Amino acid sequence: MNFSPWIVLFSPFAAVIITALVTQKLRKLSSYISVAAVAISFIFSLAIFFGPDGSEGFNWIDLGTFRIEIGYLINDLTKLMLLVVAGVGFLIHVYSIGYMGEDRGRARYFSGLSLFMFSMLGIVLANNFIMMFIFWELVGVSSYILIGHWFDRDAPPAAGNKAFLANRIGDFGFMLGILLIWSASGTVTFEQLAQRWPALGPSPGFMTGAALLVFCGAIGKSAQFPLHVWLPDAMEGPTPVSALIHAATMVAAGVFMLARTFFLFQSSPMALTLILWIGLITSLLAALMATQQDDIKRVLAYSTLSQLGLMVAAMGLSNPQAGIFHLFTHASFKALLFLGAGSVIHRLHHEQNIWRMGGLQKKMPITFWTFLVGTLALIACPPFAGFWSKDEILASAGANIPAFLAIAIVTFLTAFYMSRLFVVAFLGHPRSDHASHAHESPLVMTAPLVILSIAACIAGFPFIASAFIKLPELEGSPIGSMVISIIAFLAGATSGFYLYKGKDKDPIDVPLFEYRFYIDEFYNSLIKWTQDLLANVSGFVDRWIIDGGMVRGLSGITWGFGFALRFLQIGNLQAYAFLFGAGVVLLLYYILFGTK
Amino acid sequence: MNLLVQLTYLSQIIGGLLILGGMPARRTAIIATLIAFVSAFIVFAGYDRMTGGYQFLAALPLVPDWDLKFSIGVDGLSSTLLLLTSIVGLAAIMVSPTVEEGENRYYACILLIAAGAAGAFASLDLFFFYAFHELALIPTFLMIGIWGTGNRQSAAWKITIYLSIGSIILLVGLIGLYLLPPSPQRTFDIVKLQQLASSGVFSGSGSKSIYLLLLLGFGILVSLFPFHTWAPQAYASAPVPVAMLHAGVLKKFGLYGLLRVALPLMPEAARHWAWLLLILVAGNILYVGLATIAQKQLDLTLGYSSVMHMGYVFLGIATYNVIGLNGAALLMLAHGLSIAALFAMCGELRKQTGTLNYLDLGGLATNMPTLSFVFGLATFASIGLPGFANFASELLVFFGAFKTSTPGSAFNEFQIVGTIALWGVVISAVYMLRAYRAIFMGEPQARWQGVRDIPAKIRWAVVLLVAALLVVGLAPRTVLDAVEPGIRLFVK
Repeated sequence: MNFSPWIVLFSPFAAVIITALVTQKLRKLSSYISVAAVAISFIFSLAIFFGPDGSEGFNWIDLGTFRIEIGYLINDLTKLMLLVVAGVGFLIHVYSIGYMGEDRGRARYFSGLSLFMFSMLGIVLANNFIMMFIFWELVGVSSYILIGHWFDRDAPPAAGNKAFLANRIGDFGFMLGILLIWSASGTVTFEQLAQRWPALGPSPGFMTGAALLVFCGAIGKSAQFPLHVWLPDAMEGPTPVSALIHAATMVAAGVFMLARTFFLFQSSPMALTLILWIGLITSLLAALMATQQDDIKRVLAYSTLSQLGLMVAAMGLSNPQAGIFHLFTHASFKALLFLGAGSVIHRLHHEQNIWRMGGLQKKMPITFWTFLVGTLALIACPPFAGFWSKDEILASAGANIPAFLAIAIVTFLTAFYMSRLFVVAFLGHPRSDHASHAHESPLVMTAPLVILSIAACIAGFPFIASAFIKLPELEGSPIGSMVISIIAFLAGATSGFYLYKGKDKDPIDVPLFEYRFYIDEFYNSLIKWTQDLLANVSGFVDRWIIDGGMVRGLSGITWGFGFALRFLQIGNLQAYAFLFGAGVVLLLYYILFGTK
Repeated sequence: MNLLVQLTYLSQIIGGLLILGGMPARRTAIIATLIAFVSAFIVFAGYDRMTGGYQFLAALPLVPDWDLKFSIGVDGLSSTLLLLTSIVGLAAIMVSPTVEEGENRYYACILLIAAGAAGAFASLDLFFFYAFHELALIPTFLMIGIWGTGNRQSAAWKITIYLSIGSIILLVGLIGLYLLPPSPQRTFDIVKLQQLASSGVFSGSGSKSIYLLLLLGFGILVSLFPFHTWAPQAYASAPVPVAMLHAGVLKKFGLYGLLRVALPLMPEAARHWAWLLLILVAGNILYVGLATIAQKQLDLTLGYSSVMHMGYVFLGIATYNVIGLNGAALLMLAHGLSIAALFAMCGELRKQTGTLNYLDLGGLATNMPTLSFVFGLATFASIGLPGFANFASELLVFFGAFKTSTPGSAFNEFQIVGTIALWGVVISAVYMLRAYRAIFMGEPQARWQGVRDIPAKIRWAVVLLVAALLVVGLAPRTVLDAVEPGIRLFVK
């Protein structure tokens, strides 16, 4: 019996129970309990990393012929994800001690973080679809709680609702896919499915359909088009939450799930093509939107969407390892960027507009330099981490010219909007009082920045990455894709740098990008004209037709009763109830004797 | 030993009579419900799951000619429902207010409702099974009419007319059932009836119409679409403990009747009418779900949502397989606990603010941290999130619906309705989260500065309910292992 996976999983759960029920009033103690729990998870994740593969579980539900298991599956993918989730999670917990230090809801915040760690680790460990779905839903709950952390404002709870509902819509498809897969194969366990699925007999259409329904879950969780709208709004949550949940881990769960269940998609070219283009469309649209955002967190949010799109595209290109590689490097540098942004926001008294920042190089040197590292990693500057993993995806597009072009354009746009962000927010002169009086953040916040920036520097080198992940041998020479990648990056970075250098306001104005292609507006009117309209019609019908009609019809029948009662002048409820009881007894008596 | 099951209803009947006789109302009622709770818990825990079948049996012959007995006993399903009754009964008494006029009658009525429900679940005789339910209905009507709020007279009349008609249809069906076997075999004994079923006496042509009567009769009592419009208004007007007991417990009588009587006795008829039930289930979930979104105040939202969730139980019943039926049974428990908790807190909100309208409320979480936390948990339970019993049960219902297919073929009618039900999970998230946000979140409003957090007696009642949901949700086998053998008996 291997206890490590259970300790990894249940240590944060214990922290949830303790912080939510016992130490809710003790804000500091709660945060330390929560940090200790994730530290334990990380230590045991390391033990698992160097330990053997395996799978084990117990029956959560057992109806004889139908069993649902809670169990773990340890293989290379699990080991890597455990390190990413617990490692990044630990750093962000530590950072949160500083960032949320003065917050009234600090204990509640850390309960939420621990709940999130429990749920996310559950997804990673799950050895079957149902268990994954259980923790998948719990991740949605913790995200909802943490986005809405500042519940006494209007925007955060609204954003939390939106995130929850978008995820639920995705999960509708996910669950339907699971049910279909189960009804066809009789199992939900990954290992059994991987063996049985390719040999199953149902029509290719059925199998493609089931696989795509499962993919819906990833669309919701990884915020792919057309369910991407919740992620930018989720930035209403505290910044460490954005770093942990909405950049490094939770949104990567969709990509992870695709890698875990890749055998479902492998055999269906149609499903793969659709996945590829969903990923690429998301990536392109989000990159375009990012070029016109003024809120530092929103720029990063759109860049997260864009990078997630690339990971999903890697799945569609039948190269799940490349997608996971990018997930791995992205987790480090995107967490770094968000935490750096948080450091700036924290020191600038919750200022998030990049046009009111500037001149931070001297005032916040650690934040400045680590943010620069994160930026270089994200825009795929060699030899930082993002360069290697993005190139892996670009190379696997290979002969698929449209996909190759799309990824190259995304690379260009990424370099462009990130250099815009960096130039405007950090360089030049301070453009607000808060910016001119900024100071560096405390050690508890800068230490995670430094650690993550080391990872962002080195995690991509093939000789380091290969310790964590097996990269596939690519056919042909990777030099071609590398050259294109570097050209795109250079073009984007230089144009962004020179266009925005020394500017006080945005020289470019594209409302279509700024207003996110008006997709939110479209959804609002779609909901208004479908769901709300149907709801109001149903409400109306129920009140005036079904209720009105039925009840009037029924009371017509009983009108005779009522009339008789009124005639007897005892038309009150007690009398009615009594007569009713007596009538029932009489009726029973009559029928029984009548048949004897 | 056999006294234990009797105590689950007798303690409350005796308590009710003592209160009517002048004993202090609240204290006596709490003692009576506590005794019922402890005995129901011992029965549930003491039920031998390895042996299965009916246990804790006791019988008192009354009319030997008709084989009419006062016969009591439980299996896994009924011991689960007895536990539900006693938990909700205790919680309902705990949240009951101080009543200025007729406090003794008020508490006695609540005890009688709980006693009637418990008696119906414990009865193994068709006559008393029915009679106990009627015993519970009458005080329900009275309490809505006398101590209700809002348009209580109209609500009381509507629920009385509806449920009386349902009861009469049911009665005709039950009498038909009694008369179906040839004369020497006729019996009111449910256990004997179930044994008779295997000999095929209930499979004739008459059984189809009798099953339809039972389905309609029980269905009306459970607010089956389109006979559901009594429910939201009645629950909105009813005193809080009555809404908790009726929506949480008494309504489950109809579902229990289907599982205990209609399905085991007439499996062929049940399969024959499955198509009709499926259509009505789709109405319960999709149409009522949409109507729920249109509601603008909490009590009506909860009332409608309770109607909607009955659709999932009916769907589990319609599947007629081990997975779906276990899901239905577990959902009866889960829904009973969660809706009771929600109604209890809804009542507290009304008491403090005087309104349940979403436009008037907002920002209450600042002043009511505990209430909003527990309400949040109950909301999560109600929309079927993992960790709560509701999730495990709905999951089983879905798997039950998809069990019915030939692998890889097109959707059959069960899967179509199953898909609608799955979409219903999105719908319930829409209206519950909207309600939660409208009431508790947003900027604190000056007019609600005076509200205070949940008082202790209500807090312990809802914590009891939510804790039960969590225990069963985390370890559903505590209930399923008891329920499953009984269901497997009649589902081959």
